[in-house]
Amino acid sequence: MLTFGSIIVQALHLALVLAAAPLVVGLIRWLKARMQGRRGASPLQPLRDMLKLLRKRPVLAENASMVSEVAPYVACTASLVALACIPSFSRGMLLAPVGDLILLVGLLALARMALALAGLDVGTGFGGLGAAREMSFAVFAEPALLLCVLTFAILAGTTNLDLIAATFRDGGLGLRVSLALAAVAMLAVAVAENARIPVDNPGTHLEVTMVHEAMLLESSGRHLALWEFQAALKLTLWLALLSAIFVPFGTAPTGAGPLAWVLGLAAWLLKLGALCFALAVFESAIAKMRVFRVPEFLGAALLLALLAAALLFVSTGLA
Amino acid sequence: MTFGQLPYDVAHLFGGGMLLLSFMLLYQRRVTAVINGLAIQGAILACAAAWQGGMQSAPQLYLTALIAFAAKAVLIPLALRVLIRRLDMDRTVDTAMGVGPSLIAGVALVALAILVVLPITTGARAIAREDLALALSVVLLGMLMMITRRNAILQVAGLMSMENGLILAAVGVAGMPLVVELSTAALVMVVLVVAGVFVFQIRERFDSVDVSLLDPHRGEGR
Repeated sequence: MLTFGSIIVQALHLALVLAAAPLVVGLIRWLKARMQGRRGASPLQPLRDMLKLLRKRPVLAENASMVSEVAPYVACTASLVALACIPSFSRGMLLAPVGDLILLVGLLALARMALALAGLDVGTGFGGLGAAREMSFAVFAEPALLLCVLTFAILAGTTNLDLIAATFRDGGLGLRVSLALAAVAMLAVAVAENARIPVDNPGTHLEVTMVHEAMLLESSGRHLALWEFQAALKLTLWLALLSAIFVPFGTAPTGAGPLAWVLGLAAWLLKLGALCFALAVFESAIAKMRVFRVPEFLGAALLLALLAAALLFVSTGLA
Repeated sequence: MTFGQLPYDVAHLFGGGMLLLSFMLLYQRRVTAVINGLAIQGAILACAAAWQGGMQSAPQLYLTALIAFAAKAVLIPLALRVLIRRLDMDRTVDTAMGVGPSLIAGVALVALAILVVLPITTGARAIAREDLALALSVVLLGMLMMITRRNAILQVAGLMSMENGLILAAVGVAGMPLVVELSTAALVMVVLVVAGVFVFQIRERFDSVDVSLLDPHRGEGR
């Protein structure tokens, strides 16, 4: 597996996602601003913000423990490792054999745990509130995601993301009701995981109902830059994951040459751009829901994922 | 792509879409949103019927599709919307059971449908089994909606959704006579009219469309 091509692909993939992450956030903000009739900051603005914050010294609270200092690095690393496993322009990367969906769920959980601990560490009211909410949403979001993974695993016969993408790409499975249900469930989980609009508002620090931002109120300087970068990585991760599973077309196959890579890159950029546009439209069209209704929303996602798996048992004759 | 499977897959997807919309009807908290959901479900039913018509090369199914589209996607939602405007009623959904528990009950009903369909269709093709399970689930979810909603309009919506499930099951089976289809469609329109009159009557007597107000008059709860 340790071929020269796979190493090159992996390196290019890492460079690509590192560059893409801040741009994705910036692009969504810019698109939203245009749709709401504002001029909007340049898509490069999040990158500029992060670079500026990176140069600044973090100011820690007096009673902050080591957790506050370590957590941003843990969360950022976990997200980056997870993103490194998701195929972008080409399959057959160096990390493809370990790119397991269950591992991915675990890495996301690790990042979430670091974030919640950082929110709790200093002991301010808002941080604890945000952490508590984040965890209560995760109670529904994680099982929903795992049930979606179960659906894909039954269909493709593996939990390896690369192989799942290849199986779905071949189209031998055709269209499946279970896949459609799992897609809806995964979209709901993605919206909740990235603190996007019906669940949380990414554009403000000043809401009583905030979740994600509430946990970051105490961080500053370098740490804040890392947290923001982690949020951008997570958003890119979800978009890449959705496009790798549900629209795996155009991705260069294992062992292809540079020409296929360029085509795969164009396809990937197109897919990501389309997803960003869809997200911006969705966020502009819909209002934030009450915090107490979020578990219901995610519970519905969980039930849909359960339904997808149950129907699959029927159609494959396992039951 | 294996195109031999594709026709079945698309038929399936329509069934799955209808099931998804049944869940949406249970999840929604606004009466107008429920009616929109019902209209979309009717439109998907029409698509499913037309697709089956093409697959079974049965031209009468195109007529079924046309009737389904005209009645379920256009006329009935329009009538319900007019009814709401005329009644000037409260636009939020009043439930006898919370939204969360009714969704859980919905999934339990889908599981029940699967459990019931599996033993009686052993030997049939997997596709037919799954289609029948989907249709039965839509019927049961419509029934659940009738049980768990207090508002008379929403009970009508539940009834219509239940009927959508019946038609979905019927178009999936080859060779349903047209007479049956026509009479069912006519029956549903009559049911809608009767239900509309009924809602008006309830409203006139009790100044509300909450059917729980009827209970004492049936000799319950005394």
